Amino acid sequence: MDSGAYITLRDVVFSRSGRRIFDGVSLDIPRGKITAIMGPSGTGKTTLLRLIGGQLRPDSGSIVVAGESVPQLKRKALYTLREKMGMLFQSGALFTDLSVFENVAFPLRVHTALPEDMIRDIVLMKLEAVGLRGARRLMPAELSGGMTRRVALARSIALDPELIMYDEPFAGQDPIAMGVLVKLIRDLNLSMGLTSVLVSHDVPESLSICHYACIVADGQIIGEGTPEELRQHPSERVQQFLNGHPDGPVPFHYPADDAGVDWGLGGGSA
Amino acid sequence: MDRIASLGRVGLDVVATVGRAGRFLAGVLTGVSRPSVGFPLLVRQLYSVGVLSLAIVVVSGLFIGMVLGLQGYTILSDYGSEAAIGQMIALTLVRELGPVVTALLFAGRAGSALTAEIGLMKATEQLSSMEMMGVDPLRRVIAPRLWAGFIAMPILAAIFSVVGIWGGMLVGVEWLGVFEGSFWGNMQSSVSFTQDVLNGVIKTVVFGFVFSWIAVFQGYDCVPTSAGISSATTKTVVYSSLAVLGLDFVLTAVMFGDF
Repeated sequence: MDSGAYITLRDVVFSRSGRRIFDGVSLDIPRGKITAIMGPSGTGKTTLLRLIGGQLRPDSGSIVVAGESVPQLKRKALYTLREKMGMLFQSGALFTDLSVFENVAFPLRVHTALPEDMIRDIVLMKLEAVGLRGARRLMPAELSGGMTRRVALARSIALDPELIMYDEPFAGQDPIAMGVLVKLIRDLNLSMGLTSVLVSHDVPESLSICHYACIVADGQIIGEGTPEELRQHPSERVQQFLNGHPDGPVPFHYPADDAGVDWGLGGGSA
Repeated sequence: MDRIASLGRVGLDVVATVGRAGRFLAGVLTGVSRPSVGFPLLVRQLYSVGVLSLAIVVVSGLFIGMVLGLQGYTILSDYGSEAAIGQMIALTLVRELGPVVTALLFAGRAGSALTAEIGLMKATEQLSSMEMMGVDPLRRVIAPRLWAGFIAMPILAAIFSVVGIWGGMLVGVEWLGVFEGSFWGNMQSSVSFTQDVLNGVIKTVVFGFVFSWIAVFQGYDCVPTSAGISSATTKTVVYSSLAVLGLDFVLTAVMFGDF
C-alpha cells in the first residue's frame, strides 16, 4: 500500500443484478487531499463510495481504508471504522422527525457521553461552520435543498472524522448554493485536514477544488491524475467527458437497427 | 418451458425472501442496545404503535361486543337460554375475536404505518446515513418497533376483550333485560383461566410477533421508491392478515381440537 494513501482499492470487481459494475478497479486515494471521482451517470460512482464505506461487498479485490480491509471486517469492527467516516448523501438524508440542531447532535449523542452543554457548543460550532447557526430550530422540511446539504455536512463532521465522502454534492443546486458548497468543501479540507472523496459529474466545480481526480466509465478507471494532467489526457473518452461533447467515443445514438428498417424505407421487417 | 421457468423463479424468490427475513430477524434479536438507549426508543414506539391504536381497538371492541350481545340474545332466547349470553360473549371474545380482530385492526393501523415509515426512511437514505454514522439501524430503528408491536398486541387484545364484554353487558343486561347475576355468574363459572384466557393470550403473543416481523421486514426490504413502498405496505396488510387467520386455525386446532 502506498504510505500516502488513506484508501487503497486493488482489482475490485463488483456486479449487481448480473451486471458488471466494476471490472478490476485499482485506485489510491491520498490522505488529507480532495480526490474527485467523476464519470457519466450510471457508471457506479456512488457504488464506489458504498464499497469504501462497507455498505456493499466486492465480488473480489481488496479495499483498505485507514489500514483496515473493509470487506473482511466483522459487523462491530465495521461500525467502529465508520465512526472515522462522514458521508454527505445526495439527498442530505436528514432525519425528518428531528430539528436541525438534533440532527447534528445525533452522532454526538450516540457515540459520546458528553454533557449536554458541551454537545450544544459543538453543534453550534458545526452549524456556524456551514453558516446555519441561526437555523438550528428549523425542521428539515423547512430547509431549501442547499441548506439541507449544509446541515447534512455539519452532521457528517460532528465527530471530526478522518474521511468524508461527498455523493453528488452539487447536483440540482443553484449557482449560489453550489458556490457555497464548493467553498465549504475546500475550507473544511484545509482546516480539518480531512481526506475528502468527492463523487460528481460537475466537472468545473470538481476540478476547481480537487487535488487529484479520476474518471470512471465502463467499469474501469479511464483516466486519473491532477486536474491539469487530466485536462492534457490523451484519451478521447476523457476529453469528451471533460468538455461535454455530445458525440464521440460515447455515441449520441443508443444502438439501434438500421433507420431505414424502422421507417419502412429499406429491406427487412421491424 | 417458459411457465416452468417462471414458476421456478417465483419459488426461488420466495425462498430467498424467507432467507432474508430469517437473517433480518436474527440480526434484530441479537443486536441488543444498552438499556439507557433502547428503553426510551421502545417507550416512544409503544406510544406510536400501541397508544395511538387504542381508539380504533376500543371502538371496535365496543361495537363487536354489542353486536354479539344482540345476536346472542336473539339466538339464545329461542331456547330460553338468554342467561348464557355472558358466557357466550366472553368465550367468543377471549378465545377468538379478541386476538384475531385486534391483530387484523393492528395490522391495518399500525403495521402499515410501520412499513411505510421504515420504507420512507430507506428511500430517503436515512437508514444508509445511520449506517455510515456507525449506528446500526437494525438496533436503532427496527428493534424498538418490532418489540413495541410484540408488547402492544397482547395488551390491546386484552383491552378489546374487556371493552367487548362491557359492550355485550350494555346490550344484554341494560337494554334487553337479562338478569345481571346470571350474566356475570355464568361467565365466571364457564370461562377457564388456563383453557380460555391463557390460550387467548398465547394467540395474541404469536400474532403480535408474526405481525411485527412482517411489518418491519417489509419496510426494510422494500424497493426504495414510491411504488415500492406502496407495494410493501399492501403486502404487510395482506400477509399479516393471512398469517393471522392461518395461524389462528392452527393454534385453535392445537388448543381446542381434543375431540
